[in-house]
Amino acid sequence: MSPKTATITYREGVREGLRRALLNDPKVFLMGEDVGRYGGCYAVSKGLLEEFGEDRIRDTPLCESGFTGAGIGSALGGMRPIVEIMTCNFSLLALDQIVNNAATLRHMSGGQCPVPLVIRMATGGGRQLAAQHSHSFEGWFAHIPGLKILAPATVEDARGMLEPALADPDPVLIFENALLYNREESVTRDYHTVQCLRAVVRRPGQNVSLITYGGSLFKTLEAAAELSGEGIEAEVIDLRVLRPLDTETVLESVRKTRRVVVVDEGWRSGSLSAEIITRICEQCLYDLDAPPTRVCSEEVPFPYAAELEQQCLPQPDKIANAVRRICHGQT
Amino acid sequence: MNTPSPPPDTDTCLGLLRDMLLIRRFEEKCAELYGAQKIRGFLHLYNGEEAVAVGVLRALRSDDAFFGTYREHGHALIKGLSVRSVMAEMFGRATGCCKGRGGSMHLFSAEHRFYGGSAIVGGALPMAVGMGLADRMQGLDRITACFFGDGAVAEGEFHEAMNLAVLWKTPVLFICENNLYGMGTALNRAQSQTDLSAKAGSYKMEAWTEDGMDILSMMETARQAVDFVRTRKMPLFVECRTYRFRAHSMFDPELYRTRDEVEKWKKRDPIAGLTSTLRDQNRITDQDRQRIEEEIAREIQDGVDFAEQSSCEPFQDMCTDACTMEGIA
Repeated sequence: MSPKTATITYREGVREGLRRALLNDPKVFLMGEDVGRYGGCYAVSKGLLEEFGEDRIRDTPLCESGFTGAGIGSALGGMRPIVEIMTCNFSLLALDQIVNNAATLRHMSGGQCPVPLVIRMATGGGRQLAAQHSHSFEGWFAHIPGLKILAPATVEDARGMLEPALADPDPVLIFENALLYNREESVTRDYHTVQCLRAVVRRPGQNVSLITYGGSLFKTLEAAAELSGEGIEAEVIDLRVLRPLDTETVLESVRKTRRVVVVDEGWRSGSLSAEIITRICEQCLYDLDAPPTRVCSEEVPFPYAAELEQQCLPQPDKIANAVRRICHGQT
Repeated sequence: MNTPSPPPDTDTCLGLLRDMLLIRRFEEKCAELYGAQKIRGFLHLYNGEEAVAVGVLRALRSDDAFFGTYREHGHALIKGLSVRSVMAEMFGRATGCCKGRGGSMHLFSAEHRFYGGSAIVGGALPMAVGMGLADRMQGLDRITACFFGDGAVAEGEFHEAMNLAVLWKTPVLFICENNLYGMGTALNRAQSQTDLSAKAGSYKMEAWTEDGMDILSMMETARQAVDFVRTRKMPLFVECRTYRFRAHSMFDPELYRTRDEVEKWKKRDPIAGLTSTLRDQNRITDQDRQRIEEEIAREIQDGVDFAEQSSCEPFQDMCTDACTMEGIA
């Protein structure tokens, strides 16, 4: 390993991003349920209380609407709050504040009252946490004008997206797939931020475009590796930013490969995948050699039982099969 | 409470009268313009409740912030927004305080530290706590006032905000405009505990109750309340007992209350009350009152003319402004 790189987990990446933001700007503070003494539900903020104190690593009572609204108010009042919501299912308790206030205030006030707020939350299934802790609501939030939605999949993005998100004058929601927290990656030792505007091609290919983000990225890359052995070279695109969508990068890839599978851990109906495929159909339908298709989660509240839950989620074999169907007309 | 201040001088009293009359006449003009279909959407008028906004907002410093409800035209005017900018907003014009995007329920002015009329009952309370938290964390001695009605007390966000405000010692003045009805539902049909100060007090919140129909006592209480919040750096809840003389909105047939009840409250009209007090003390003449009325009428007519002559924001400008793109690249 080069001395310029280090292997760290996604969790450590997020923590490093938080530390840097807290060190660089005294107006930045973190608040949420158990972010302080407990060290964060997923141990992301462990150690930060000792370093930055109770004012800036602020434990909150269980009141998602209250502390999210307080985040909005403190952003209006000159601070740069980072609100942590333990899991995106709990963010539904703060929907009023996020949708009716954070997303609207700048526009509704004629541009006078921007809300520079960052909200982080864990998303995704696969941990046997059943139907109130496992869902993926980033696609829902991506429906809302006035919000920006980030979904870091790599450790580098997990570490580097926070500061640009804080620099944004509008509310930014960051969805961290909880299955990624333990994932290790080799990253540069020197901390740096990343761009938060564009999708990134994680694997180039010419036969099919696989469009995905977040926790599904690595399942998609696994499927792409398997397909490569069969002579299908898949291009894998990591969306990274779910709103505003980088349609350009998607279309560029699809126009080249002429086939597309969207992999989205959200439920199929009314999903982000539906939006992406619609944009593809609107703008390059006649470049396609096969109908666009998608792999989503089963439309049920996720069950507890491991084997059942795994079947509910997008998996490498489902992704590979979807590709085979549109490349060869076989399953 | 602190030591009461000496009774206000005549100029102050005439100023209070003028403020309340400005709100009353502005609201009456809005009702008229609604009938003429110049103003559309929902329109909630503040007639009868003027003493609360005037008392509290006159006690604030210009760098103090406030959050309002959807019945907030008067609050905006007293904090210093011009009649022109508010009226143009009512007309949906680009010259309005929010470029015509917000309308009656969503007036804002960052310059005046007015963070909006909110149309989600209770939704501004957590934001006010956050504003107070920001002031505390930055070591600033400014405070935040948050207006809401008795209806908001039933919302979960009231509970969350009261708890956070005290827990985090935020300098926020919570002003409950208790006009006895959440839209058409009477307080005693909505609350198990109708003593709202007792309810706020259960969060270890300092809580006072005030007659919101008497401008002089309202002003004195507001002065002490602002002083309390600023010097102790703690939140305070003040229930202001008041009454709206008009319907909830322009669509309300008022089936839930009697004419007698409305007439009974109108006898406590804060404007008539102050006028008669000043007359009894020979501190106002009919000419004074007439002069104030004429000034206000001119100001409002100027606002209406301004709004009439203003144009709508270009559609494209409005559309492209939902998200700024800078900063995140």
